[in-house]
Amino acid sequence: MHLKNALCAGTALALVSATAAYAENLVIATVNNGDMIRMQGYTDDFTAKTGHTVEWVTLEENVLRQRVTTDITTKGGAFDIMTIGMYETPIWGANGWLVPLDDLSAEYDVDDILPAMRSGLSHDGTLYAAPFYGESSMVMYRTDLMEAAGLEMPDAPTWQFIREAAAAMDDPANDINGICLRGKAGWGEGGAFITVTANSFGARWFDEDWNAQFDQPEWKEALEFYVSLMNDYGPEGYATNGFNENLSLFQQGKCGMWIDATVAASFVTNPNDSTVADSVGFALAPNAEGVDKRSNWLWAWALAVPAGTQKADAAKEFIEWATSKEYIELVAENEGWANVPPGARTSLYETPEYQEVAFAQKTLDSINAANPQDPTVKPVPYVGIQFVAIPEFAGIATEVSQEFSAVYAGQQSIDEALEKAQAITNDAMEAAGYR
Amino acid sequence: MARAVTTRRKVITTAAAWAVGLLIFFPIYWTILTSFKTEAQAINDPPLFFNFDWTLENYTLVQQRSDYMRFLWNSVIIAGGSTLLGIIVAVPAAWSMAFVPSKRTKDILLWMLSTKMLPAVGVLYPISLLFVQFNLLDTRFGLIIVLMLINLPIIVWMLYTYFKEIPVDILEAARMDGAGLKEEILYVLTPMAVPGIASTILLNFILAWNEAFWTLNLTAANAGPLTAFIASYSSPEGLFFAKLSAASTMAIAPILILGWFSQKQLVRGLTFGAVK
Repeated sequence: MHLKNALCAGTALALVSATAAYAENLVIATVNNGDMIRMQGYTDDFTAKTGHTVEWVTLEENVLRQRVTTDITTKGGAFDIMTIGMYETPIWGANGWLVPLDDLSAEYDVDDILPAMRSGLSHDGTLYAAPFYGESSMVMYRTDLMEAAGLEMPDAPTWQFIREAAAAMDDPANDINGICLRGKAGWGEGGAFITVTANSFGARWFDEDWNAQFDQPEWKEALEFYVSLMNDYGPEGYATNGFNENLSLFQQGKCGMWIDATVAASFVTNPNDSTVADSVGFALAPNAEGVDKRSNWLWAWALAVPAGTQKADAAKEFIEWATSKEYIELVAENEGWANVPPGARTSLYETPEYQEVAFAQKTLDSINAANPQDPTVKPVPYVGIQFVAIPEFAGIATEVSQEFSAVYAGQQSIDEALEKAQAITNDAMEAAGYR
Repeated sequence: MARAVTTRRKVITTAAAWAVGLLIFFPIYWTILTSFKTEAQAINDPPLFFNFDWTLENYTLVQQRSDYMRFLWNSVIIAGGSTLLGIIVAVPAAWSMAFVPSKRTKDILLWMLSTKMLPAVGVLYPISLLFVQFNLLDTRFGLIIVLMLINLPIIVWMLYTYFKEIPVDILEAARMDGAGLKEEILYVLTPMAVPGIASTILLNFILAWNEAFWTLNLTAANAGPLTAFIASYSSPEGLFFAKLSAASTMAIAPILILGWFSQKQLVRGLTFGAVK
């Protein structure tokens, strides 16, 4: 009897300790956006399935970037999972700072990840971060104003048409700007927008030998077009407008068109926040006539496992849960299909219910039209559309975008800004040993 | 002879003082007001002053999303701990500089202050590596040490200024009465410098409470204070002003109340030595 009790107790103890050893507490650094916050609310589902608990550290995008970069470069080990973007993933993957996600389970169906996303989050064909949500950029326009102007937005407009439409919709007397675009300094704000605009005019950041290309006519043409468009039909003070400022203007009915992240589509069509929710149409981002590249970018917020963590297996379990088809279904079931994280999985766009969402097809078309491996008309030595995936880019592009914003604010000429941009970029690239 | 002050001059001065006061207070007022709006109302153009439906929705959301009390407690411990530690280190330092100065005292004081001119990010990596090495990352103790060191020059400078106001003869008299160094500092100097020490404590508590570089960069899930709490409500993609304002109001409320009740000491401390 004693032996039986002892055996039972021993087995129970072993089971408890085995479970305790297995159940991990994961610390996740993440960005403050709607989809990520929503995911935090479903963490209990993950805990119920795996036993692992989760602690969230939510930070604003720029703070998060600085925090996780410091942590991974100093091997701080403060986080088991990091939310990073398409810019960091290939660089960190190449440096060996991330755990490769090459052994995900068969049920996870890694081949279902949208090809553009998978390629942007890989290095040398190995996936280093799983996309939680992805976006491109597209034209959002007021269908009522377009109709009143007697114009019809093509599926794939040119910049020339956009200018024509902006002129037709611009109505200063009623406080309506023909078009709202980003002008705010910062590589991820106005810098991203002017880079993709330049791509669609045939420009590029670097030639194959890493020489800056701001002295080429395509950059000048792109900047001249943008500045003239915005000076004629844009809102006052556009030099300091970023995503949120334009979102606010569009939601209040003060923009005829807005070209920005596809994720904005769900905001501008949400009747709780937007006064124009039922009159928004979508089209692909424009290109200059005769140029074979559109001005749409590609971005993903993705989950990655830093190489320093001791909990890589549990972290991978979380990533599989958070970026799975089942998670999408869980959100759809509770909050409707319009609220599921977009832009990550092919199967989502094959779901009949999701196809009914107004902006679903244009979002997919925009994502598919973006190729980070081949972003420009002329050949380039880099990967990335609205950025160049090298560590030095964020610093350089922030400085360059400050020069451009000074042009938008009327503080210097386009020629002066391009000359400075050329010098800033070449100097930095030389110092970094590229040239 | 006192200058005669005309009524007109009085009115103008009072109005000007009110205008400056209101101007300084406006951002806080606007933050508090925005916290009671919906996200759509928060960005309304023209801005809404009173004519909107007041809501507590943002406070409810913030409480649901974040463990406010944990962040608050971390703030209290970190700000309180670093200030206390700073005072313990700074009182003897300021005493020696004020009463037994050497040839280099002035240089040392200036050198101490010059460390404040170095941008914090310049030492982010060395400090982070030290924190990793000594397992201090994401601990309150680590932050107490760092914030104490950052504010130490200010604490020493403030205390030095107050101590200089105290006549050295009193200390000498105490020494003649047989007081040792310990008695001199504890029973003679400190009681006389209480207002100065109190305002130093208060100012440094506020500085540590508001510090938002190290508290964000050296914490993760455990030791994050209210600055980390606020940082989680800003977003480059999506509307957040109302929720951010609610989080900010909750973060500044304790320090605002503390400052309100102790403003007399604070003003006295800050102007101590300015007029002789």
